[in-house]
Amino acid sequence: MKINVTINNEKKELEIAPDDILLDVLRRYGYHSVRRGCDTGMCGICTVLLDGKPVPSCSIFAARVDGHEITTVEGLPEAKELAKILAEEGADQCGFCSPGLIVNTVYLKKLKIKKIEEVKIKLIGNLCRCTGYVGQHRAIEKFLGVEK
Amino acid sequence: MKEVTRKIPKKDALGLLLGKPVYTDDLAPKNSLIVKILRSPHAFAKIKNIDTLEATNIEGIECILTYKDVPRIPVTRAGQGYPEPSPHDWYILDEYVRYVGDEVAIVAGKDEKCVDEALKKIKVEYEVFEPVLDFEKAEGHSSVIHPEKETHPMFEIGFDAQKNIAASYEMEIGSVEEELKKCDVVVSERFYTQAQAHVAFEPHSAASYIDMQGRLVILTSTQVPFHVRRIIAEAFDIPIKNIRVIKPRIGGGFGGKQAVHGEPFVAAVTLKTGKPAKIVYTRQEVFEATYSRHPMRYDITLGATKDGKLKVIDMQGLSDTGAYGEHALTTFMVAGSKTLPMYNKVDAVRFKGKVVYTNKVPAGAYRGYGAIQGNFALESAIDLLAEKLGMDPAEFRRKNMIREGETSPIFKIMGEGREGVDMVVRSCKLNECLEEGMKLINWKEKFPRKKISETKYRGVGLAIAMQGSGIANIDMGAAVLKLNDDGSFNLLVGATDLGTGSDTILAQIAAEVLNVPTEDIIVYSSDTDLTPFDVGAYASSTTYVSGNAVKRAAEKMKKLIIKEGALKLGLDESKVDFDGKYIYEINGNKKVSLKELATVLLYTENQKQLISDASYVGEESPPPFMAGFAEVEVDIETGKVKLINYVAVVDCGVTINPNLARIQVEGGLVQGIGMTLFEDVKYSPNGKLLTNNLMHYKIPSRLDIGNIIVKFVESYEPTGPFGAKSVAEIGIDTPPAAIANAIYNAVGVRIKTLPITPEKILMNLNKK
Ligand code: FES
Ligand code: FES
Repeated sequence: MKINVTINNEKKELEIAPDDILLDVLRRYGYHSVRRGCDTGMCGICTVLLDGKPVPSCSIFAARVDGHEITTVEGLPEAKELAKILAEEGADQCGFCSPGLIVNTVYLKKLKIKKIEEVKIKLIGNLCRCTGYVGQHRAIEKFLGVEK
Repeated sequence: MKEVTRKIPKKDALGLLLGKPVYTDDLAPKNSLIVKILRSPHAFAKIKNIDTLEATNIEGIECILTYKDVPRIPVTRAGQGYPEPSPHDWYILDEYVRYVGDEVAIVAGKDEKCVDEALKKIKVEYEVFEPVLDFEKAEGHSSVIHPEKETHPMFEIGFDAQKNIAASYEMEIGSVEEELKKCDVVVSERFYTQAQAHVAFEPHSAASYIDMQGRLVILTSTQVPFHVRRIIAEAFDIPIKNIRVIKPRIGGGFGGKQAVHGEPFVAAVTLKTGKPAKIVYTRQEVFEATYSRHPMRYDITLGATKDGKLKVIDMQGLSDTGAYGEHALTTFMVAGSKTLPMYNKVDAVRFKGKVVYTNKVPAGAYRGYGAIQGNFALESAIDLLAEKLGMDPAEFRRKNMIREGETSPIFKIMGEGREGVDMVVRSCKLNECLEEGMKLINWKEKFPRKKISETKYRGVGLAIAMQGSGIANIDMGAAVLKLNDDGSFNLLVGATDLGTGSDTILAQIAAEVLNVPTEDIIVYSSDTDLTPFDVGAYASSTTYVSGNAVKRAAEKMKKLIIKEGALKLGLDESKVDFDGKYIYEINGNKKVSLKELATVLLYTENQKQLISDASYVGEESPPPFMAGFAEVEVDIETGKVKLINYVAVVDCGVTINPNLARIQVEGGLVQGIGMTLFEDVKYSPNGKLLTNNLMHYKIPSRLDIGNIIVKFVESYEPTGPFGAKSVAEIGIDTPPAAIANAIYNAVGVRIKTLPITPEKILMNLNKK
């Protein structure tokens, strides 16, 4: 079947099977920033924005996004700024979890969330095994302008 | 120093952060056959019959391979130096399956769907045996896990397959029994650690294809490309020269990728069909069928005189290597060799025990590599002893621990799988780590406990740790530097950046020697066709071993530049120097820029490529040290532990890149905290791993870690590149013991089996 999706502001017609998972379809069409970290919807690594809201793309059928809008890290202009801060803090390691984290954090910026405890709760689903999170928090605080 | 100690971002940071296609699955040939593995549902069985006919006939299936279709050559998957200290007990496919998840058949087809269907249609008849699931009953069990006669060790490792023993080891200095009699205070306890899972977020992935010269190319998420090349050559009996292994970016390893996992299966398919193939493990497969940490049991006996002098350490262990003996001997020995030297003033010390096979997920390398298991046992027991002596545990350690300029006989006696090397600890700021940590956690004020409310108590606890910097006399790293026409350099290294930033650190080292900005060093790492050899990223070796190789190569390059510059200026070499930009006359005005020299060398005058190389093998393995302090809050109603603060003060020599060193420690700590408090491993009665996903196997989230404070003390390791030692593993070692000690100090409950769950705490509280 065919679906029509706007991905990163570009209109696309995608050929999919009815039981295809959004994550797999996005990867198949070259959106490699979207990655699978688990098979139980637990790691947040596959996070993309669906109509502007973060969702785990591993837990959504591609068929469901017909007519909707998907944004990956490649389509987020604010991503670069956060990426730079993360890099300067040395808060990036293997990078596998980074696009999902960035997508979610940029969303928090739009919500104007500024309390670090609230930020951590909102990002609890974004797991990382390399960094120990501390460096990420240093960077995210800067990016969001967290009140101290 | 200009480039070394600079907190620069990783060279690959923006590419990684912004999701560029850089991992194996992103780069695998688009037309790759999809490879999946049919895995054993039984913990121990022999394949009586496999019928693949119906599966093979499914549309899109390219090939199905069973043990009848692949060479049967015993190898070890452990990516270690050669000859390997792990027994050769693994076959690409075998008629025996030795754990739930062991490989039965390789299926390759045009897409996931047809492969999944084929997996269901393969009919296997098994002769099922009684599995060995309890490692304390493995030795001499009626089921022999490796009955096959081909399995063998490469050299003496105390291997006895008929008794399910993969390796054994024993050493004693002085007489433990005799010295114990002279001690005023003796403690004896038994400790257990669990089979922690690595959970590197990029699952194990590999792809392969035949290049235009008919050679096998393997693209793989590995820590050890050169070992992979050697092991694949051995397993398939093909020449090393016909194999190329390329390491793209790696999504975390932590030891889990110090092995071959998917590589033999894609290689088998590509060799059979001539077509590109790829495998990407599911998370469940990573849990069930790659590696875990070796679960270990230690019986620790310590003896001291009443003035608080530690006299005797006895460590008797049992380690569970699972179905294959990968890293069996070496992780076991490290539990002693990277803990015992911390207390180097004892009169007698013994370390002995066995590593047994069981029908469980194979254990392998995992950050800490035995040291964390040994540390939990020893550093818990030290607190028990201090308490019995009525001493502050920090004071007891201060009195007994190793100091700069001292040595330990352990260094020489216990290496990794064989004898070690004699060495004096040239840099050791353990005492400073301890002092600083006590200040940061406010030990004087907080030790041992504070009552917060009727149900909540806070306690502090500590542990000290050491690790190594590469394996002395075994690990080799090499580097090549090449000058480009614009005055930039290519740095080619076999070292393997797993996301740690080691490419950047190695570039910083080269830049420091050449006095150029790190940005002018372009790093390419780990491609067996293009880069020089390196054992790979393990045993905390890259900064120290590969770093020393890079430093030497850069020093050679500097000499070459001066030599060619002098020629160009028409001066004697002794009259010129190089400052990073210009080759100039020391007492005069003549100069030529590096860029100009580089250009003429390539195009016009005295033409040549400037290229330098160097190799390095450590004659020593200088240990990084640290002191870890935990402050916990225990709820006596629920048994829940909240980690409030964790202070880590580290001596890793000079930090080449302080940001990257810090994140190594922070990341290590959090994995250690996970092992201590959350990461529980459960099996079904018939040997299936139940904690095979992130729902049932909980790793720390960003809310579980409390406040983490990392500090480096000033230290300089004279044998290290610009004073550096390693830092990759040391961070993981202290949390188990420090948190266990803090919990004891808070509520008087001593948990000796990891992980420390609320249930265990409640049960022990109720017993009190
Ligand atoms: S892949 Fe783990 S939550 Fe989607
Ligand atoms: S950086 Fe590796 S998982 Fe987060």
